[in-house]
Amino acid sequence: MLGSGLLGRATLWLYCGLVFAFLVLPILVIVPLSFSAGAFLHFPLPGLSLRWYERLIEHEPWRRSLGNSLVVGAVATLLATVLGTLAAFGLARARFTGKSLLMALMLAPMIVPVIILAIGAYFFYQPLGLTSSLLGLAIAHAVLGAPFVLVTVSATLGALDPTLVRAAHGLGAPPWLAFRKVTLPIIAPGVVSGALFAFVTSFDEVVVALFLTGPAQRTLPRQMFEGIREEINPEILAAATILVALAVLLLVVAELLRRRSARLRGLAP
Amino acid sequence: MRSTRTLAAVAAAALLSFALPAAARDLTITSWGGAYQGAQRELYFGPFQKETGIKLVEDTWDGGIGVLRTKAQGTPVWDVVQVETDELVLGCEEGILEPLDWAALGGKDKFLPAAVHECGVGAIVWATVLAYDGNKFPNGGPSSWADFFDTQKFPGKRALRKGPRQALEFATMAQGVPPAKVYEALRAPGGVDKAFAKLDSIKKDLIFWEAGAQPPQLLASGEVVMTSAYNGRITAANRQDKRNFKIAWNAGFVYQIDSWVILKNSPKKAEAFKLVHYLTRPENQAKLPAIIPYGPTHVDGGKLVPAEFAVEIPSSPQNLPYGLFFDAAFWVENVEKLTERFNAWAVQK
Amino acid sequence: MTAAVATAALDLRRALRRAERRKTLGGLALALPLTAFLLVFFLLPILGMLGKAVENHELATAMPRSAEALRSWRGLGPPPEDVVAIVATELKEAHARRQSALVAQRLNREQAGWRNLILSTARRLPEAPNGTWLRTLVELDPAWGEPAIWAGLRRAAQPWTDIFLLAAVDLTRDDHDSVVKVPEEQAIYLDILGRTFWISGLVTLFCLILGYPLAYLLASLPERWANPLLILVLLPFWTSLLVRTAAWIVLLQREGVINDFLVRIGLLAEPVALVFNRTGVLVAMTHVLLPFMVLPLYSVMRGIPPSLTRAALSLGATPFAAFRRVYLPLSMPGVGAGCLLVFILALGYYITPALVGGAADQMIAYFVAFFTLQTANWGMAAALATLLLLATLLLYWVYARLVGIDRLRLG
Repeated sequence: MLGSGLLGRATLWLYCGLVFAFLVLPILVIVPLSFSAGAFLHFPLPGLSLRWYERLIEHEPWRRSLGNSLVVGAVATLLATVLGTLAAFGLARARFTGKSLLMALMLAPMIVPVIILAIGAYFFYQPLGLTSSLLGLAIAHAVLGAPFVLVTVSATLGALDPTLVRAAHGLGAPPWLAFRKVTLPIIAPGVVSGALFAFVTSFDEVVVALFLTGPAQRTLPRQMFEGIREEINPEILAAATILVALAVLLLVVAELLRRRSARLRGLAP
Repeated sequence: MRSTRTLAAVAAAALLSFALPAAARDLTITSWGGAYQGAQRELYFGPFQKETGIKLVEDTWDGGIGVLRTKAQGTPVWDVVQVETDELVLGCEEGILEPLDWAALGGKDKFLPAAVHECGVGAIVWATVLAYDGNKFPNGGPSSWADFFDTQKFPGKRALRKGPRQALEFATMAQGVPPAKVYEALRAPGGVDKAFAKLDSIKKDLIFWEAGAQPPQLLASGEVVMTSAYNGRITAANRQDKRNFKIAWNAGFVYQIDSWVILKNSPKKAEAFKLVHYLTRPENQAKLPAIIPYGPTHVDGGKLVPAEFAVEIPSSPQNLPYGLFFDAAFWVENVEKLTERFNAWAVQK
Repeated sequence: MTAAVATAALDLRRALRRAERRKTLGGLALALPLTAFLLVFFLLPILGMLGKAVENHELATAMPRSAEALRSWRGLGPPPEDVVAIVATELKEAHARRQSALVAQRLNREQAGWRNLILSTARRLPEAPNGTWLRTLVELDPAWGEPAIWAGLRRAAQPWTDIFLLAAVDLTRDDHDSVVKVPEEQAIYLDILGRTFWISGLVTLFCLILGYPLAYLLASLPERWANPLLILVLLPFWTSLLVRTAAWIVLLQREGVINDFLVRIGLLAEPVALVFNRTGVLVAMTHVLLPFMVLPLYSVMRGIPPSLTRAALSLGATPFAAFRRVYLPLSMPGVGAGCLLVFILALGYYITPALVGGAADQMIAYFVAFFTLQTANWGMAAALATLLLLATLLLYWVYARLVGIDRLRLG
């Protein structure tokens, strides 16, 4: 087998170490630069300071765009989670011809390039009054986020042991009680991690935002996109660092949820 | 459980704010970003909001009649925009700009003749210049557009604004045509082809910028050895970031007048007029060169600029002899055809 | 007795089927909200967008009588005087209503420069003809005497048009309405389409080269080791695309971290251009898409029992042969899934090339955005988007056949 000898194994580890470095270092390298006392993106740093974070907080467009992003993300997540969870339950119960076609439609937003949704929405959300509107953006983001919820909830439902529910029924629990006490705790991690995905999708989305937002609806990614296009300064890297911290936080939460879900299903120690 | 409820409450509040009709939005001002818009924010936008109580939202753009057309669809999300002359003329003709009340602005004779138009009033006099980092050329930098196109004498990447405007003028100057004869040469049969051929000769060393903030950034990061740039951005980088960027005024430059316009069907027309009036007051215009050296268009504004800053604006007596005034008629006639040609040329390897 | 059992069995089966049907109906009712939501806010907008690619209403809106007259006229222009008269008088009326710009914009799509022709003519047209209307028009601009503008007007008068779809593959129509190639210097879209596929293919290849050994290593480790390392793969996945793109600009620029480092250790004599060119696009896109390669590979490789390769080794196969003959074929489903996923996602990329690429490195999605937001040429934007959509759907179909839709997981 490849990498079975000591030398082979060492080579494999070295190679993979480099790939890991390629994956992670670029993200980490911006963190120290955002604390630079100078304006230039060089090492060694001339000194450490929080001045770029202060500018971020003082600068009104950043604050406004952060607010917009949070609001849009919350609404999109709510929509995507409710619709995606319902659909996951529905598809798990239903057997009918054309199910895979319906599945294909529901998962298509993950695959169809975002630019296609963006241009479609640009033309056809207009008559609904949904362009230059946070609601329109939230709806488009829910379209992008719902498949993630569908997939994660379906996965937990697929792993749900039906005998557990039947046992609850057998012990005399009415359906809603069985749902609340047995089904819900088991699928909850799936729902929450689907919701996390949906939120991250919205919070990071810039293409639809470029098409659907006016100056008053500017979101954080759009603000960053335009900032990067003009000039990358430590202020943008400060915003980026905050987003990296958020990513780490969400990743940890998602990982904890995964473990909890595996434990509840009796899959892991 | 409580967090779900909070989430629901936030969503409900957000949905309420979603329901606001488009007309209830704030007045929007669209300018050219970066250090320039920063100066405008400090000198004009902030004080205007304080003085009038009208709330302003800013946006940024990099020009182009097509962008103006998309923004004018339906009820526009933009109100007041700073445009270049060809955009002003074309936009006015196509009915996407609002005619101005010149009496309220103090009369047409109060402004430079080129700053007066049915749909727009001059904002600034500015120039596109040849710029480089003085620290990188201890033995003297490029001093002509021919140098810009000479990759033997000055190796390295260079940058131009994306689009035909100014680029064709510079490519023509690089062939040895004096500024005063440039448009004559471009109008002559084959003139445009020659300019494109000149651009093509350094294509592999060319990168293109769109936003005015990019050229100083490209110079600062060493990405290019020289670039075309808006003159004010170069001076601003020197003043604010202690750079040693140089402008080769004597290489020849294209200077022109930008105008303030109001989009037709703007739901904030009255406020927009008020803002345009505020922006073009001579005492306000005269404050700009101290931060970023763009010249006033109001005749009285020109007189109010302190002498120490006046030398750095394009129309100062030292600089003006090397300047070429942007030929709006040529560009109104050709901008779309040539933009298409330029883009098709630029995207090919 | 047996009859009674049979009836009972039948009843039971019927009851079961009824229960099953009820369950299915209930299930469908639960799936309905998302279905309806996606129909209204996803499918319909996309179908409508496809319609924009062939939409051709401008002339009919601004000059309805002319559109009708031009539609019934055949032959090589200029058309008969009665048609010319309708066009000329209606153009003047349209100009007074400020609708001539609409016509001018549409005609400019046929040939750059016709906007000026239409607008300058509309502005100067007299009330009454000087002799014939045709002569009047030709006096204003000799272009009106040529067949080209009239063929263009006739095309603009049709209920729908294919010029945008044709233009998206570097074709156009000549004065006889036959399909011909566009002039060399305007033929850019096939090039861009090819470039889009080429960049996507290279990125897929790079992801495979980097991702396969990584997934292999992770799959061969015990889970308590693999899981923390998997988090390193997931971190970029959860980090904002813009953050990662910004990071690459900082790293790759001429006086950026990588050039600094390479010059300092003496590998480079002087910094090289790594960003705002093809190199930057490939590096950044590979970084962004690598997790999408590693995750499907990993999940397939986890399912390959180590005993199989051990058996091959004990039967005397060399390690390389054991890998090539046993492990590699078993991991192919993961390779297929990962490659298709990365390739499909790469095809539609816009943000990363826009920020780290040069003008000659932009992919098709950039031009969709460019035509929509910068030039208001929606026909062209929709035509290019249609091409992109077709390519994606074709690959999506292949993915569904080869991998299965239910295995589509991006995280």
